[in-house]
This record gives sequence, structure tokens and C-alpha cells, in this order.
Amino acid sequence: MYGFEALTFNIHGGYLEAIVRGHRAGLLTTADYNNLCQCENLDDIKMHLSATKYGSYLQNEPSPLHTTTIVEKCTLKLVDDYKHMLCQATEPMSSFLEYIRYGHMIDNVVLIVTGTLHERDVQELIEKCHPLGMFDSIATLAVAQNMRELYRLVLVDTPLAPYFSECLTSEDLDDMNIEIMRNTLYKAYLEDFYKFCQKLGGATSEIMSDLLAFEADRRAVNITINSIGTELTREDRKKLYSNFGLLYPYGHEELAICEDIDQVRGVMEKYPPYQAIFSKMSYGESQMLDKAFYEEEVRRLCLAFEQQFHYAVFFAYMRLREQEIRNLMWISECVAQNQKSRIHDSVVYMF
Amino acid sequence: MSGIAYASSWGAALVRISPYTFSAIGIAISIGVSVLGAAWGIYITGSSLIGAAIEAPRITSKNLISVIFCEAVAIYGVIVAIILQTKLESVPSSKMYDPESLRAGYAIFASGIIVGFANLVCGLCVGIIGSSCALSDAQNSTLFVKILVIEIFGSALGLFGVIVGIIMSAQATWPTK
Repeated sequence: MYGFEALTFNIHGGYLEAIVRGHRAGLLTTADYNNLCQCENLDDIKMHLSATKYGSYLQNEPSPLHTTTIVEKCTLKLVDDYKHMLCQATEPMSSFLEYIRYGHMIDNVVLIVTGTLHERDVQELIEKCHPLGMFDSIATLAVAQNMRELYRLVLVDTPLAPYFSECLTSEDLDDMNIEIMRNTLYKAYLEDFYKFCQKLGGATSEIMSDLLAFEADRRAVNITINSIGTELTREDRKKLYSNFGLLYPYGHEELAICEDIDQVRGVMEKYPPYQAIFSKMSYGESQMLDKAFYEEEVRRLCLAFEQQFHYAVFFAYMRLREQEIRNLMWISECVAQNQKSRIHDSVVYMF
Repeated sequence: MSGIAYASSWGAALVRISPYTFSAIGIAISIGVSVLGAAWGIYITGSSLIGAAIEAPRITSKNLISVIFCEAVAIYGVIVAIILQTKLESVPSSKMYDPESLRAGYAIFASGIIVGFANLVCGLCVGIIGSSCALSDAQNSTLFVKILVIEIFGSALGLFGVIVGIIMSAQATWPTK
């Protein structure tokens, strides 16, 4: 019953919620980012990060640091936090936490299949995979020739199996089909996650519905913009949009027929939350769209922490950490390549 | 018998229940439900406190006050149960169903229910506030005293129940032999 979660949530979730709020207190603030932006080289960055929660992960790295090492160690912290929470969780929280991983699994599957298509070595690709999305037999993906084999050999044993029903064709895997496969899988995953949260009810379903609806709408806009000018037909494009969210169903119909970015802007400005995003950009400019979407996402994720006794704080924490790792990667790259004037182009401040 | 006619046999059945039954149930509810409220509040606070103290160990000693407020609720229940059981007296069986006996039995029953349920909700209230208090204190230590004030208002609810319960139990005068 909505409103009375406080009575029973803490039986199974109280300890983990308190832990995740402790982790949230360790996220980097604007002051930390300002310090990092002043750094001259990667060793300075390592020194500043040693005062934060990343300290124990970076302290043993030898001195010629690479940006990939920094990103890898920070991701390791995220994975450790996640695994600690997952092993303590009971149902239904453990299912909820598992859902957070499926997005990364989809990304890893697409990474390996694309890499194999371009004749890269499997071991090299596996090292680039996101650790949260690893599963056994991931290396076998390199053997598959088309989607049916992909499913039959590897994916039927993974949690991604139910998302494949719309994707099963005997077509060979090429770049376009792989992107379509990625988006179809992600659409099935988002809809499944949405239904799961609705079943949980209460504050979790309310907050997660808002966050997932924003995610679905953002993906719809990105799919539209990326497919302008490609061979993707309108019908195919419409099939990739999720069936929930603010834009469903009328916004999707309008987006499906868009042929350039100004038309997309025209469609989105009919919806007040997205009008605010698009109004920050002048006409014809699409580079800032990504950053504007990230900022809006971070704003909504921070709001999830305002309420107690629900699961959305775990989702919000994972996403905020990922955003922080993206920020760190951008800052490290700018510092390493001596382009500090461009640092503020892409850093999204959280608190 | 009392000579009063009852409209239904249910009414007759109700007044034939022994007043000692009502008294015993009242005493049981007073202690049992109070302890339920205290335990509920303590686990709500305790689980959040333990988790928050991992990242911010300084909060542990101050936030035990929340647990103590919840515990006080159980003590109120014990005190009232002891007071109520001293109010029980024997009456000869000829007088057991007199209106005065019934009144004494109902008074003890009501007192027990009042105290039990007031302490149940008080324990819940203090527990939930204590959980939020621990989590907020871990992030910003200036918030602790402010949330403690809310908790003190919450724990006053149990005290109201105890006061009214004791006033009710003063009504429990059995007929003299």
C-alpha cells in the first residue's frame, strides 16, 4: 500500500538502503571537480582522487598512468559496491539489482559481436567489456554467424533470453542489423523492467516509472536523430521505440516521420519537460543535446534520494556513479591531451 | 440478575462473560502490544543505524537515543500491566455479574487497550523518525538535534496513552463483600 512502506521496508532493505546512502555521500561534488579540472597531469588527478573514496583503488598504480587505468579502477569500485549490495539482498531487491545489470550485458554482447565482425581478437574485446555485464560463455559469442545461432549457442542460458523473441531472424550480422538488434533488445529490457517496477508498487514504482520513462524518451530521441539520413524505414524506426513514457504513443508517431533535427525539436517542444531541455540549445545545434539530457537525468536521479524506503535509490546511485566515471574519463582525457579549455563542455556536476 | 431486559440474546451473552476475562485480556494487550510497538520501532531504527554507521561511525552513540525512546514505550506497557494487575480483586460469585463488577472489568480492559495501542503507534512513529534521523545525521551532523525534537514529540504519544490508561484503571473498583 503506497504510503506505508516505512512499516516493513526496513526488514529486508533497511541496512542496504543505509549503505547506499553512505555511498552516495561519497560521490564527487562540484568542489572536487573544480580541483580536478585544475590538474596539470594524470598524477595530479591521482593525488586528488586519493582523498576521495577512490583512493584505495588508485594508490597502487605505477606512475605512468593512463586514462584507461583510471577509468578501469573507478569502475572496479562501482562493481565492488554493487556486488556487496547484491550478495546481501533478498527478493525482490535482488531481482531489482539484477535488472540494473542487463543493460550492461546488452552492451557487452553488441561490443563483442561488432568487434568480431571487424576481425578483432576475442580476448581483447573481453577486456573492454563492462565488468557488470559479464556472464559465463561470453567468449562464445565470437563464434556465432547470425542471430539465430547467437541465441541458440549462448544467449538462451542468460537472463537476456526473453528479450530475443523479436530479434530472431536468420539474417547475417552486419553493422546496421547489430544496431537494430541492440535497440530492440534494449527496448524489450526497458519494458520488462518497467513492468517489474509496476508490480513492486508503492514509492518504488512511482519513482522508477519516472526515471525509466525519461530513459525511454531519451532513447527514442537518440534513435530518431541517429537514423536521420540512413536506410532505416519509418516503420522500422517506430518499432524501436518503447511502449511507455511521456512520448508514447503520439510523440512516437510524430518522431517516426521526422527527417531533420529541427523537426525533432518541433515535436519535443510540445512536452513541457523536454521543452526546457531543448530551449537551452540554439537552432541547428545538436552537440549539446547529449549533455543537456545527461544534466536532466542527473537532476532526476538526485531527486530519487529525497524519499526513503524504496528501491529506486539503488538504481539512482548506480547511474550517478556511471555518470561520475564518464566525467572522470572526460577530465582525464582533456588533461592528458592538454585541452583543458574543453573540460567544461562535457562535465555534468551533481551536487 | 439485574432485571434489565436485553433486546437480543447477544446482549445477554455479552454481560455473562466474566469480568475477569476482560481484565485478563486487557492486561495481556497492554504489555503484549506495547512490546510489539517497541520491537517494531527498534528494528526500523536499528537496521538503518547499522548501515549508516559503516560510512559515518561517529553517529552511533548519539543515535542510540532513538532506540532508547522506542524502548521506553515497552517500559510504559510493563508499568501499566503491573498497575492493572494490582487492581484485580476477588468477589464472591453471587456478585460476579453485578454492574459494579462488570464496570471494573471493563475499566481494566479499556485501560489495557488504550495503553497497548497508543504504545504501538508511538513505537512505530519513533522508529521511523529514528531511521531518518540516523541517515540524515550521517550526511550532515547539524540535522541531528532538529530531528530529535520531532522524535520527542512522537514519544509524547505513548505518554498520553499511559496517562489516560492509569486514569481509567482508577475506575476499577470491585464491589465490596
